[in-house]
Amino acid sequence: MTPEELHELAQAHLEADKKLSHCLFVCGAAACLAARSDAVIEAFQAAVKARGLEESVAVKNAGCMGLCALGPLVRVEPAGVLYQQVTPEDAGAILDGLGGPPVERLVCPTDVPFYQRQFNIVLENSGHIDSESLDDYVARGGYAALAKALTAMTPGQVVDEVTTSGLRGRGGGGYRTGLKWSTVAKAPGQKKYVICNADEGDPGAFMDRSVLESDPHRVLEGMAIAAYAVGANEGYIYVRAEYPLAIKRLADAIRKAQRAGVLGNAIMGTTFSFQVDLRLGAGAFVCGEETALISSIEGKRGTPRPRPPYPAEFGLWGRPTLINNVETFANVPAIVRNGGHWFASIGTEKSAGTKVFALAGRVVNTGLIEVPMGITLREIIYDIGGGIPEGRKFKAVQTGGPSGGCIPQQYLDMPVDYESLAQVGSIMGSGGMIVMDETSCMVDVARFFMDFCRTESCGRCVPCRVGTTHMHTLLTRITDGSATLDDLALLEELCEMVKQTSLCGLGQTAPNPVISTLRYFRDEYLAHIVEKRCPAGVCRMTRAPKEVAV
Amino acid sequence: MAWKATDIRGVDVEAQETPALSEQTVSEIRALFDRYPTRQAVLLPALHLAQAQIGYLPPKALLEIAGLLELAPAQVLDVVTFYEMYWRQPKGRKLIQVCRSMSCELCGQVGLLDAIKAKLGIEEGQTTPDGQFTLIAVECLAACDKAPVVLVNETLHEKVAVKDLDEILKPE
Repeated sequence: MTPEELHELAQAHLEADKKLSHCLFVCGAAACLAARSDAVIEAFQAAVKARGLEESVAVKNAGCMGLCALGPLVRVEPAGVLYQQVTPEDAGAILDGLGGPPVERLVCPTDVPFYQRQFNIVLENSGHIDSESLDDYVARGGYAALAKALTAMTPGQVVDEVTTSGLRGRGGGGYRTGLKWSTVAKAPGQKKYVICNADEGDPGAFMDRSVLESDPHRVLEGMAIAAYAVGANEGYIYVRAEYPLAIKRLADAIRKAQRAGVLGNAIMGTTFSFQVDLRLGAGAFVCGEETALISSIEGKRGTPRPRPPYPAEFGLWGRPTLINNVETFANVPAIVRNGGHWFASIGTEKSAGTKVFALAGRVVNTGLIEVPMGITLREIIYDIGGGIPEGRKFKAVQTGGPSGGCIPQQYLDMPVDYESLAQVGSIMGSGGMIVMDETSCMVDVARFFMDFCRTESCGRCVPCRVGTTHMHTLLTRITDGSATLDDLALLEELCEMVKQTSLCGLGQTAPNPVISTLRYFRDEYLAHIVEKRCPAGVCRMTRAPKEVAV
Repeated sequence: MAWKATDIRGVDVEAQETPALSEQTVSEIRALFDRYPTRQAVLLPALHLAQAQIGYLPPKALLEIAGLLELAPAQVLDVVTFYEMYWRQPKGRKLIQVCRSMSCELCGQVGLLDAIKAKLGIEEGQTTPDGQFTLIAVECLAACDKAPVVLVNETLHEKVAVKDLDEILKPE
């Protein structure tokens, strides 16, 4: 397919859509699917057929619409009405009401802060296209950025555009994407690789799964543009085996893109070729670390190795390799299409663009949100998230999963950007955001994350393998009431040691949840140790000395 | 003494005549050879294919994969033991994976796991004597907004309460 044919396809698709009077988008992403959205789609299709409306009404299986807590969601276009908690029995009523006023009892208001405060780049197509349709993606401007890069830009110009945009790695580290691309582009060697890290494993994070399920072509397009920019012809997507739906959609998208000639050999009639292969993980969190991921693709144990050399110079099979996260690649088509300056104008000076967060825990509206960088935590939790349920009191918000920290009440008005989060002892991370209220025990939270790091430590370096286990033992002692103040001192010493001496990011950041809870909730630790009581009433204190126990 | 592999019943694996891998699985594995610069790179996909066919990875299958990929059996075992999703023992017809992540824990996962253990009479990592169920607790299943969640084979159950267990744990 040449760029002209691509344009024609988009036009033809838009013309065909014009003939329709209505289009129904039923969310088919995992959360809605589990709420039986597949049965809803079938019911709509049957109802359309029964009414003989096949020519004028289309039913599409769309991607995530954000408010997962109220699924299954159905969007009716062009009216722009969103319905919530739709059952198969509602299909008839909704169809019969088309053209008239919407079915009141099912309407989900979209003029609420949950939608108003969001700004969509990565999720711009999510819920607006059939996730399994290449044509739908193309009709929304898909693969036009790749066409622009291949025909109107040199690889160097593409790298410059990404550098101008100020995009930073969305996997957690926040490394400047443009700088990474230019390092790989400059690295000597004929053979280079591009890898998409879709081994999303942070507890509380489900952004990448949703992007892959809702808009898989966007990630493929971003990868192809990256490959052109750095001079690679082969790419791998390393995805968690725990995501069966995302795997199916990706495999299908790759096949369709190859057939349409937007991936594969001589893309869009140019001399540029790019092959993408899907690789499945096998349940190892540490494989999200880039050198461990490379080792896993090579068919070995997924253990990290010391850096430098960085994968940009010595990566997969020793070749220069570009590794970016799903969300990073998903930003690229929009940057190439609208220009780096446009992207840099969104967000803050040092953290450009938007960030997708997975909002979960003790908050009213759970789900996937995309907000401009620099928004405050209060806006996210209270305006978009709708506050804490059951009238309880906010205690902390955990960002960055097991590598991040807990941010207390007093920082709620802090802007969300890479630097501010680091200042208060947390990290941006991949985007998990777990809200906790007064019923959460912060020591127990720290113990939980340490248990995670202990099990997921690959065992290669001693500080992480032994240190996380020992810290977990100490935290367990605190939560069961048998700890002394000496144990606390030892815990703090271990935090510092593991942080300073571990081989990879997993170990280096494993103490963060402990350090941050000690920083803001030291009184809770002391209550456990000295008074043998858990202020939140979570820990059972089973091994507390009898005379002190209440 | 040469390295000798026995299965869980103590039977010498190399003495077993029928191959563990079906012809179809072998050809699917072979089809991957051209994709990568090394045979070793095929190892993880090959293990996934073998497990999809057999349900777990018996020693005989590992030996056959080692042969196909021109690796030492120890290299194959090295990789199999590293990744959590490769099973070296037969598992139940239904694999129950309870998410033990933060959001699920905040929303009642602990009581849920206890209730499942009591109902099935097994601990984490065990299989019921009739071979129906295997129970494990796993890391984040990425459905935190619908916590707590339980994955039964490929079906994700969300916002699971103890009262839902009769429905979810129906034997086949």
